[in-house]
Amino acid sequence: MSDRNFLTIEKLTLAYGGTVAVKDLDLTIAEGELVALLGPSGCGKTTTMRAIAGLIQPRQGRIVLAGRDITHVRANKREVGLVFQSYALFPHLSVFENVAFGLRLRSVARDELEQRANEAIGLVGLKGFERRLPRELSGGQQQRVALARSVVVRPRLLLLDEPLSNLDARLRLEMRSELQRLQRDLGVTMIYVTHDQSEALALADRVIVMRDGRIAQQGTPADIYERPSSVFVAQFVGFENIFKAGQWPLPDERDIAALAWRPQAVVLGQGPHQGRVLGASYLGDAVEYLIETPGGLVKAQTPASARRFALDETVSLDLPLASAARLAGQ
Amino acid sequence: MRYAGHAVLAAVVLFLIGPFLVIAAAGLSAGDTLTFPPQGLSLKWITAVFGMENFRQSFVLSLWLAVGSTALALLFGVPAAYGLARYPVPGRDFMRSIVFTPVIVPGIIAGLALLRHAVIPLGLPVTTALILAHTVLVVPYAVRVVTASLEHLRTDVEEAAVILGATRTGTFFRVVLPNIRNGILAAFILGFVTSFNQVPVSLFLTGPGITTLPIDMLASMEFVYDPSIAALSALLALMSMAIVMIAEKMLGLSRYV
Ligand SMILES: Nc1ncnc2c1ncn2[C@@H]1O[C@H](COP(=O)(O)OP(=O)(O)O)[C@@H](O)[C@H]1O
Ligand SMILES: [Mg+2]
Repeated sequence: MSDRNFLTIEKLTLAYGGTVAVKDLDLTIAEGELVALLGPSGCGKTTTMRAIAGLIQPRQGRIVLAGRDITHVRANKREVGLVFQSYALFPHLSVFENVAFGLRLRSVARDELEQRANEAIGLVGLKGFERRLPRELSGGQQQRVALARSVVVRPRLLLLDEPLSNLDARLRLEMRSELQRLQRDLGVTMIYVTHDQSEALALADRVIVMRDGRIAQQGTPADIYERPSSVFVAQFVGFENIFKAGQWPLPDERDIAALAWRPQAVVLGQGPHQGRVLGASYLGDAVEYLIETPGGLVKAQTPASARRFALDETVSLDLPLASAARLAGQ
Repeated sequence: MRYAGHAVLAAVVLFLIGPFLVIAAAGLSAGDTLTFPPQGLSLKWITAVFGMENFRQSFVLSLWLAVGSTALALLFGVPAAYGLARYPVPGRDFMRSIVFTPVIVPGIIAGLALLRHAVIPLGLPVTTALILAHTVLVVPYAVRVVTASLEHLRTDVEEAAVILGATRTGTFFRVVLPNIRNGILAAFILGFVTSFNQVPVSLFLTGPGITTLPIDMLASMEFVYDPSIAALSALLALMSMAIVMIAEKMLGLSRYV
């Protein structure tokens, strides 16, 4: 039976001098779970990871890992792995020695050390690169070394801080699925930090959206993608049409701050409202229109095979309540 | 305009290497007195200096002094540079400027101050005084060069080592030191050359029988009129240039200064 409260963070407050970066953060992660921490740049993701790893001391709060309060345990005794955005490989050591670094510190016997290091190198697909120096590797390969170096010491918890953000788009997709496979094979509990919603949704069992040092929403990828609870989260996951309750075209609904539609949810060519086509961009499989309505601009997307609308044409449109996300707050 | 620029450049180059050329030519003279232009060319004075016992002794002392004081300076300078670079020590800027002060204070004043307020009151032996003075002299170079090479090493590399289980000290020896090795080597070479060629500080501290090579040469010039001093000067200048050029080739020395 896996531990449902494998990592518990209580009322964590982190600050740099006078500026508070993370405020009263509460977080629980189950053993073996892959959690994505999603949020815009500057919202406190890195700061949170550094606190869990022990690189910064919290101003307030507690961090409990596997039943042990590690709030005041030194970083080198925490058994938490951290993969840096910049990889942070040891420039003077070969791939093998980078991976073996943690094992040497643990005085692992020579045979076992070689076997485990080679196994980790194989796991990330770098067999044959053992003797290379980091500067002789591509970004993707360096990332793999960083990963192997972290997992080889079998941390209880593995933190990854935007590990793919320095890679090009294709490599990012490839590494994303490799990460998933790795996590499944090793069963290691993982917190994956990213500012890219598609990465978070694709990878994680659970997504935690952060804003200004606090949690804005958490849930399954489907919860976040389909049922954002606030304007902030809705915007972040691609609801581009957001209208306040009471504002055109909405009735005044109680308990709801706003309604939001994705461009794909807007119906064009029929419906109770009228608008004027301001712009159209061809996206390959779809066409995106910018439409001026009495309530402001609406972004709509229709399949490329559907009827096309000309610039300045007046079109009917509908914003169906059934496909709207109901947002409770800002 | 362009010609004027070239002329200025030529003048500067001449001003910088002219003295060396004059000395070298004088040292290669075949005559028996120090003159320029030389009276014919020969290697006789170059070979002669290797046979001069007093110069040989002061050369050996200068060599040991340069090696010893630079090593000592690095022993203090490397940890100091590391501490200043990595820890938010209170008054860091102030400490930086203190460490860098001997670069600004003229050597002659530093030498006099050391003599009056350290060597004489404490009754230090000449060699100890020399080692101490040269160490103090070289420490700023060590700190400055090592600081420059620490700036090339990202701090997250050290954090990665800590997270993998290393202590702060372990990280220093396993990660920091290997990565600033070239900087330390560069500091060693700069320190060596600085100490070896040092005159003003040593001037006050050398004593009878115990003297560094440059001071010995300075003293000899008062009663020796043959080209041996010129020959020795040229040799030493060549040695310094060779060391710095090799270091530049191997380490990119100019990056650090
Ligand atoms: N070393 C630091 N000193 C001062 N402020 C910092 C430092 N690092 C981060 N911050 C601030 O803390 C906040 C959170 O930063 P960070 O955790 O790096 O965000 P993220 O990783 O989500 O982009 C930001 O406002 C940032 O400016
Ligand atoms: Mg960050």
